[in-house]
Amino acid sequence: MEVARFWRTKGQRYQLVGEVCPSCGEKIFPPRDVCPACEKEAKTPYTFSGKGEVYSYSTIYSAPEGFEKYAPYTVALVRLAEGPLVTAQLTDVDAQDVKVGMPVEMVTRVLREDGERGMVVYGYKFRPVCANQGAAAQQI
Amino acid sequence: MRDVSIIGIGQVKVGEHWDKSLRELGYYALHAAMKDARLERIDSLFVGNMLSGELTGQEHLGAIIADFAGLKGVEAVKVEAACGSGAAALRMGYIAVAGGMADFVACIGVEKMTDKQNASVTSALAMAADGDYEALHGLSFVSINALLMRRYMHEHGYKKEDFAPFAINAHANAVNNPYAMFQAPVTQKQFTEAKMIADPINLLDSSPIADGAACVIIAPTAIAKEFTDRPVRIRASAIATDTVAVHDRRDPLFLEGGAISAQKAYAMAGVGPHDIDLFEVHDAFTIMSALSLEAAGFAPRGKGVALALDGEIGLSGRIPITTMGGLKARGHPVGATGMYQIVEVATQLRGEAGANQIKNARLGMAQNIGGSGATVITTILEGF
Amino acid sequence: MGVMKPNRAVGIVGYGAYVPRYRLPAQEVAELWTEGNMQLPVREKSVPGLDEDVATMSIEAARNALARSGGLLPSRIGAVWVGSESHPYAVKPTSTIVAEAIGATPYTTAADWQFACKAGTEAIQAAIGLVGSGMADYALAIGMDAAQGRPGDALEYTAGAGGAAFVIGPAEASLAVFEGSVSYVTDTPDFWRRQYEKFPEHAGRFTGEPAYFHHISSSVSQLLTEMNLKASDFTYAVFHQPNAKFPMKVGEDLGFTREQIKPGLLVNEIGNTYAGSSLIGLTAVLDIAKPGQRILLASFGSGAGSDAFSLLVQGRREGVQAPGTRDYINRRTQIDYAMYARLKGNYKLN
Repeated sequence: MEVARFWRTKGQRYQLVGEVCPSCGEKIFPPRDVCPACEKEAKTPYTFSGKGEVYSYSTIYSAPEGFEKYAPYTVALVRLAEGPLVTAQLTDVDAQDVKVGMPVEMVTRVLREDGERGMVVYGYKFRPVCANQGAAAQQI
Repeated sequence: MRDVSIIGIGQVKVGEHWDKSLRELGYYALHAAMKDARLERIDSLFVGNMLSGELTGQEHLGAIIADFAGLKGVEAVKVEAACGSGAAALRMGYIAVAGGMADFVACIGVEKMTDKQNASVTSALAMAADGDYEALHGLSFVSINALLMRRYMHEHGYKKEDFAPFAINAHANAVNNPYAMFQAPVTQKQFTEAKMIADPINLLDSSPIADGAACVIIAPTAIAKEFTDRPVRIRASAIATDTVAVHDRRDPLFLEGGAISAQKAYAMAGVGPHDIDLFEVHDAFTIMSALSLEAAGFAPRGKGVALALDGEIGLSGRIPITTMGGLKARGHPVGATGMYQIVEVATQLRGEAGANQIKNARLGMAQNIGGSGATVITTILEGF
Repeated sequence: MGVMKPNRAVGIVGYGAYVPRYRLPAQEVAELWTEGNMQLPVREKSVPGLDEDVATMSIEAARNALARSGGLLPSRIGAVWVGSESHPYAVKPTSTIVAEAIGATPYTTAADWQFACKAGTEAIQAAIGLVGSGMADYALAIGMDAAQGRPGDALEYTAGAGGAAFVIGPAEASLAVFEGSVSYVTDTPDFWRRQYEKFPEHAGRFTGEPAYFHHISSSVSQLLTEMNLKASDFTYAVFHQPNAKFPMKVGEDLGFTREQIKPGLLVNEIGNTYAGSSLIGLTAVLDIAKPGQRILLASFGSGAGSDAFSLLVQGRREGVQAPGTRDYINRRTQIDYAMYARLKGNYKLN
């Protein structure tokens, strides 16, 4: 069981809390404390919107330990609206419907479970932007 | 700084060695190389290995192999840089000999992967990636390469089957390598129909999981001729790093670590890509061949695949690659791979490559890659 | 005891629904266990994906509720309460996961509620009390379930997944105001799940008359009497919906019409979402309700009890960036029984 490892990164994983560089304004995710653009220290928290688009994707048929029961599943590099690329799974989508450039949004889902007795690890995944037709779509 | 040469090479056949342990594999390669160099004793031992702890429950490999080989008291340590561990071990040995700290150094690459089942090996390999930001999200190492391949196809307009020449070439060359895991050719049709592992990467885009060990003995060039008729000079050895996670790269389709390490190596040897007679590329996946060819300056951006499609990577092409089968067909025992590349380049430069001999080969280069480009080791060797 | 009212007026500041995308037609279950010889209690039910549970579904519903709360900062939420009978942990709160994910931590109270299918309305009643007493200005109350039905059992046709989240706050910031509520409970064991058991047990037809019908009739009658209201004073009536028949029957027995009940009756499309059942019906009604309209909400929880509420709609929010309840219902991927069994973990893998 690796409890502390997951606990310390919960902010990033549950709600995409990264950083913004106070020197050059670069938005940083995952957080790395040293700005990749200007190499100055950057520790100011910044919560990303969760909006982005698919930069690349792949469907995994042969899964690593702990992920076998989810296979096949689709993973992606997602270009966040604020700039950074992030690696994550796609969810709520069939592999054949994924396209490069497809708009996606962040959701918090189960990443994996530490067996039947261990903890559940939650984190960000992305899915096709959910329709928002509000009351217009009513059919009573 | 002293000039350094390879005075002995040794390797075991890559494959599924159900009956051999990690220490046995390491010892066989070491023994063969010491015999080749007519040596009884060495000063130092650098063992390149990635996954011994994870897959065989054994760390402390320097001492384990020295102990098993009966080299009591010798200096011995493990060197780890994911799939780049092999060439990284040579780099450490090179520093020791060039710096005058040791005269006879054995550099081994060894990996034992078949003691664990598939999902465990897949997880272990993912340790080459970023644990918190790639592996935790369920990405296998294959899938990270698949993300690069998909984007490469998207940006440069290639089709999946355009990558076939890398696999076909590697398998064709492995036919004549008795140390290769797969000594059989593959066809375009087999490539097209191969099972998908992580879309768009299929089984024939990928190098196989295997056991193996290879070793070189290095010594000052000044005394090399006392131990071998065909010493091979190390003209350059250079390591560069890049971000571990692909998403942290400004341009994921350019192996900046590969470019920097190649530039350092070219500068050190005083040569350029046009001087290189053969290139052992890190073809863990077909996409890596393309990216490495581009980073090392053998093809412009996006033209690595075109180079293969144009038939320029074969034994008589403009830049022969994977001349003994590469990772794809010789096999990819991860931490040993970099040392196999060195042994194969040395074999070519010694004129001992048999049917696969590159005519008049004088300068050979190998590029060994850890992770998806985070550690890249470029080595340039010269026969004389 | 009569109708419950807080010291200061309290309402729903924002609300959000969630339904997973998979749907299992009841016919699939009937074919497998009865060769189709079964009167179907619903058309189909929602099924959660492999990476979904009550925590993840609650997080999405809560984010939708915040998106409809007129820019309310999550840090102003004084309580995060999740009502469910399928919390992912037996011991360890779901609510802290939700609170962390929406940014409500650390100065907030958080707890999980359990009362079979009325755990969600229970959390709402407590939130009305917390805000109404002035102990907090805003509280988040969620009813959410990923319900389990034993393979072949009657519950397997209906046990769905989904629910809703509500930001409860002062009336002046609210879309709809709580006019009053009644809770009616007795010790009536019509349905239960013992500790360490995966699937619940139920008492067959005993779940009807002495349980569902008696408790809802009692809570709603009391509410109407005490508040001097009659069925025709309401535009909408939403009841707990374990199947398509019960809510319609209890509603008509109480004097409500089909037209009042239908807009909030989702069970045919998503199944019985247990603690989420009446609450997600309420979100479907709030999506279309107009200021001045009155809504009746009545939950039922086995064991047993019913919470009845009268709500008066007073506003709408425009331009909200959150999917409506119908958007989730229309987002539909049909699956067969084999896929269903896989998603529910009914195959033994190791």
